[in-house]
Amino acid sequence: MTTLITEATLPAAEAPAPGGRLRLVLSRLTAAKGVLVGGTIVLLLFLLAFGGPFITHWDYATPDYSALRQPPSGTHWFGTNGLGQDVFAQTVRGLQKSLIIGLLVALFSTVVASLVGACAGYFGGWIDRGLTFLVDLLLVFPSFLIITIISPKLKGAGWIAFVVLLAAFNWMITARVIRSMTRSLREREFVRAAQFMGVHPLRIIVRHILPNVASFLITDATVAVGGAVMSETALSYFGFGVRAPDVSLGTLLAAGTDQAPVFPWLFYFAAGLLVLFVLAINLIGDGLRDALDPTTEAARPARTSRSSK
Amino acid sequence: MITDLIESRDLLEVKELAVDFGAAPAVRGVDLRLKRGETLGIVGESGSGKSVTALAVLGLLPGSASVRGSVRLEGRELVGLPNRELAKIRGNKIAMVFQDPLSAFTPVYRIGDQIVEALRIHQSLDRAAARKRAAELLDLVGIPEPERALDNFPHEFSGGMRQRAMIAMAIANDPDILLADEPTTALDVTIQAQVLDVLRKAQRETGAALVLVSHDLGVIAGMADRVAVMYAGRVVETAGVDELFARPRHPYTLGLIGAVPRLDTGGGPLVPIPGNPAALGDLPPGCPFAARCPLVQDRCRTAEPPLAGTDGHLAACVRADELAERRPAPSEVYPVPTVPPPAVSVPREEREQVLRVTGLTKTFPVLKGTVFKRRVGDVYAVDGVELDIRHGETLGLVGESGSGKSTTLFELLRLGRPESGRIELLGQDTAGLDRAGAHKLRADIQIVFQDPMASLDPRLPIGDVIAEPLLAQHAPRELIARRVPELLRQVGLEPAHAERYPHQFSGGQRQRISIARALAVQPRLLVLDEPVSALDVSVQAGVLNLLQQLKAELGLAYLFVSHDLSVIRHLSDRVSVMYLGRTVESGSVEAVFEQPRHPYTRALLSAVPLPDPPAERARTRVLLAGDPPSPTERQTGCRFRTRCQVYAALDADRRGRCEQQAPPLAQAAPGRDHAAACHYPEA
Ligand SMILES: Nc1ncnc2c1ncn2[C@@H]1O[C@H](COP(=O)(O)OP(=O)(O)O)[C@@H](O)[C@H]1O
Ligand code: SF4
Ligand code: SF4
Ligand SMILES: [Mg+2]
Repeated sequence: MTTLITEATLPAAEAPAPGGRLRLVLSRLTAAKGVLVGGTIVLLLFLLAFGGPFITHWDYATPDYSALRQPPSGTHWFGTNGLGQDVFAQTVRGLQKSLIIGLLVALFSTVVASLVGACAGYFGGWIDRGLTFLVDLLLVFPSFLIITIISPKLKGAGWIAFVVLLAAFNWMITARVIRSMTRSLREREFVRAAQFMGVHPLRIIVRHILPNVASFLITDATVAVGGAVMSETALSYFGFGVRAPDVSLGTLLAAGTDQAPVFPWLFYFAAGLLVLFVLAINLIGDGLRDALDPTTEAARPARTSRSSK
Repeated sequence: MITDLIESRDLLEVKELAVDFGAAPAVRGVDLRLKRGETLGIVGESGSGKSVTALAVLGLLPGSASVRGSVRLEGRELVGLPNRELAKIRGNKIAMVFQDPLSAFTPVYRIGDQIVEALRIHQSLDRAAARKRAAELLDLVGIPEPERALDNFPHEFSGGMRQRAMIAMAIANDPDILLADEPTTALDVTIQAQVLDVLRKAQRETGAALVLVSHDLGVIAGMADRVAVMYAGRVVETAGVDELFARPRHPYTLGLIGAVPRLDTGGGPLVPIPGNPAALGDLPPGCPFAARCPLVQDRCRTAEPPLAGTDGHLAACVRADELAERRPAPSEVYPVPTVPPPAVSVPREEREQVLRVTGLTKTFPVLKGTVFKRRVGDVYAVDGVELDIRHGETLGLVGESGSGKSTTLFELLRLGRPESGRIELLGQDTAGLDRAGAHKLRADIQIVFQDPMASLDPRLPIGDVIAEPLLAQHAPRELIARRVPELLRQVGLEPAHAERYPHQFSGGQRQRISIARALAVQPRLLVLDEPVSALDVSVQAGVLNLLQQLKAELGLAYLFVSHDLSVIRHLSDRVSVMYLGRTVESGSVEAVFEQPRHPYTRALLSAVPLPDPPAERARTRVLLAGDPPSPTERQTGCRFRTRCQVYAALDADRRGRCEQQAPPLAQAAPGRDHAAACHYPEA
């Protein structure tokens, strides 16, 4: 204390300033085991999904009439289905679709939900009323019905349109929660402090509001990935969404469910990969949440003693 | 005050009391004795174990606590007594007054019913008689219209009224001991003075002994006969009140006394006790104060010194005898920072105007209804505020809670057009600012909030926190990289701390981070909203010293908001007093504190307890009646009328003026920096 002032006025020859939150979060992330395991699994799944087609000479759509409903063997690794299509080729193809659809839907819906929710909560007034009205409107729409009506019309646009459609009906509940969380955060002093410093409102949302609702967002997004894969499955089952000859894990499961007891290879490979994927996503989600929350014990860098001042 | 000499046996005797919560100790061997009718003050910083000690005496600790040692009431052992037996003693023999009376009353029952219930548990009274007695009790503690107040719910009372009702309930069964744990901490000074007065009266009526727990040395000095100072779960010093304040024998007590800013002296640097209160979990062997003690020697670290001494003055320090003999001033023992001479030395009139506010008002609508909101009234939160700050000076803004201090600040910081009145910041009228102009001006006015935890984003490392205002002003990266370590050092932290998160710092350090952030863009005016009221005195002293140093060094101007007049006196050059949204008095600190002109200022000043027992006893108090009226009604005439002691003594003729004309803020004499808004000011 005594020498504080004299010290402070000395010219500072400083090491470059530390890289701030981003770098800290990254270093905490890499220190977490769950993220590492989950990330590795997801990476392997992606490798399988996109590399798989190159290691087998079977095509997912072309039937092999010499092998109908054959169990796994040297020629057909995962066996074949009733049409003589190679199940391995179909599974990796389906995995490809499901991975992309699941991740994209979760990403889109979380981004939309957090932006809409945070803006409604932060700005209040007519922006809030408008956005809340939109949310309520979309919530009362029977989304499943609408998707089934719209999706045939989007045939030409392909699976990306399907992703957008799924995401469009998947963000409202999250947005509502984010809105109410934002409303209470907005009254907190650190947000006020930022306002008085002249920080731009959108920047306040990105820098202060969203990180403070991140735990919820991430948990929600991991649930959403699973949910999206499930929705896709359900829709595909009824013939909407991904349609033959294209396949997804959903269509595969739908096709394999009733044959599972007799021809297990039609069902369990797809199901196993789906479970593995959802599990890995949850591991990553948990790790991410802990890395963003500085108060969690596990990922905290060794607690430094409070130096006395 | 009256110590019964005939009854020399102790009423309450606490020996070796120890309380653990799981593995963590909270109280580590407390010895206390209390005589009939005596007032024992327990003082110490937060976490020192004051409340746990009080609760342990009552047997009110949660099941997770393990209590050892002995608590004897009139020779009867209370520790280990079954709960049923203890319940008989509680309320009847020992009664408790809590810090937060709202939590002590059940919200869904009427005040009257709760007091009646308390009466009928221990006495055989019928309902009517009990109710009559309850009304008498409320009357005794000064609650107006006690009959009607019986039917009120706790939330319908103001904080001061609830505390009175709590005291009424506590004395309902004529207890031998009143335990009051921080009974006035959440209250404003004028209300605190009322409640302390009620406590004294209650004690006089019942003849009970009082154990008063407080962190405020002033309150203790005015109330206690004997004082016990607690540190790290133990009593480190105990003595008669005069003896303790005049000749402290423990370095911690000495430090506490030196750390408190005082109303009756000017503003030299305070004595900060270095470091933070000891964490009870992992105490090193030896004296728990050793890490912070300037007198520490090697022998202090070997064994914990016992509480020992002569003539009832005990201290737990190996050097207590030395201190008793030498009697040093706090500043002779503790290192005190030197405040450099002020950067600005020109006389006030020649200095640049930083802020000028005239006739500022702000009204909030009172809305009813959930779907369709109707305006059913107005809250006149700010209703005529005048401020004037020049370069390099500190203006203290004082007022009780609800007087509109924070609203005033937010109006200033909005940098927009005020509802009415005029705000000039650095010569620019904020009403005429466009977006770009306002954004530029933001760099010149920065704020430090009261609660350092709430005002720092918990998710942001403090390096980013401090860089934020710079980013907002689009400062280049290199500048930010250079400024952050520099600022950290300037507020007494280390540049390496930039990577830590706010929760890794103590309260005082967090407030330093807030200050660093505010200084980042080199503002001209720093607005400080109760910046030290969440801190312990010893830590507060360090932050106040820092503020003084920074001001002298950087030539800043401060707008310093506080409800604590001693702090204002210590830090400010000028002061402005607010009551119900209006400025009622302003002027230089010396003028206002030494010759207050407005009746409210006089009452306020006389309500502030001094940490000096003889001076405290010798003072005459102006006790204000009642609570401030609701700001939802705009009265004609003077707003202070309902509580004004001068008005009360006026004849009907002269009262008319107070009732009809709102007094303007008028200068005491031309050219003198002292103005008051009262028709009949002093001098
Ligand atoms: N119910 C409880 N459970 C666990 N720890 C507690 C509990 N109550 C108090 N403590 C701990 O006991 C210590 C002393 O607390 P307290 O007596 O409240 O201090 P003071 O009243 O002097 O501020 C603190 O470290 C506090 O965290
Ligand atoms: S025993 Fe030693 S360390 Fe403890 S208060 Fe006394 S001098 Fe300081
Ligand atoms: S104007 Fe009248 S009521 Fe108001 S403070 Fe002065 S004497 Fe009291
Ligand atoms: Mg306490």
